[in-house]
Amino acid sequence: MRALSRMLAAALLAAPILASAIAPMEFDSPQQRQRFVQLTSELRCLVCQNQSLADSDAPLAQELREDVLNMMKNGKSDDEIRDFLVARYGDFVLYDPPVQPSTWALWFGPFILLLVGAAALAMAVRRRSRLSDDEGPKA
Amino acid sequence: MKLRLLLPLAVFAILGGLFYVGLNRDPSLVPSPLIDKPAPDFSLPTVSSDGERISKRDLLGEVYLLNVWASWCYACRLEHEVVTALASTHRVPVYGLNYNDKREDAQRWLDQFGDPYLASLYDPDARVSIDFGVYGAPETFLIDRTGTIRYKYIGPLTPDVVNGEILPLVQRLRSAGS
Repeated sequence: MRALSRMLAAALLAAPILASAIAPMEFDSPQQRQRFVQLTSELRCLVCQNQSLADSDAPLAQELREDVLNMMKNGKSDDEIRDFLVARYGDFVLYDPPVQPSTWALWFGPFILLLVGAAALAMAVRRRSRLSDDEGPKA
Repeated sequence: MKLRLLLPLAVFAILGGLFYVGLNRDPSLVPSPLIDKPAPDFSLPTVSSDGERISKRDLLGEVYLLNVWASWCYACRLEHEVVTALASTHRVPVYGLNYNDKREDAQRWLDQFGDPYLASLYDPDARVSIDFGVYGAPETFLIDRTGTIRYKYIGPLTPDVVNGEILPLVQRLRSAGS
């Protein structure tokens, strides 16, 4: 039983690695592989838009993965690789969009809503406590 | 007091408006960051001949359409008639960019359905297509005389798009002298 659950756990852990290994990729080192998996999982596949570049088996994703790996092997930094993709496909490829005027609503909107909610709550509480003061102790 | 009653209505109206706009947007269309930027450099053989090469430089000086297609692409067959009709008017030169395809398959497709293109660039490993930010086929680019991308249409071309958007823009780009 324990052996079975271990095997199951191993299979589950291996699943994402298998998924990103659709096309055999040759890594120079485990670190490079780690960096590759990290980077491609932050990038969006343009074809299956709810999948990352690491997960998608669309032909375009495969080609872009090869591009990413080649750029890594040519000593490009993560930022340079992201810039390469953004120049072609726009900020859309980034799962982590940059803070800029067009994304202010996205980044700051939730905090503004939180402030509005807190203000509304504070007003409601104050009004209610004033009401109960006015009414005085009930008989 | 009255204001307080209106508040939920206002919130509802704003959210409703946002949702309504959201419903009418197609999330699969990714706006290209390449509009009004120089087209990427390319030099590719054509589908019909490995010896013939066409580069960006060869096409400078004319306003032309670059239509991304592939033999495996069903939607490309849907627009094929529209592309053929447009090319036959000779109002704008139409070049093909064959994407992620095999030469035999591409050639067979052209033989079978007709070849509307002046030439089709052959890009089997999508090197140039990726530089153009292609993520699916069909896609259509309009490139001006200076080699700048002026317009991109994603998905199968329709007569409305051709007559309402592409041809007027071709006219404008020609008269602008750029």
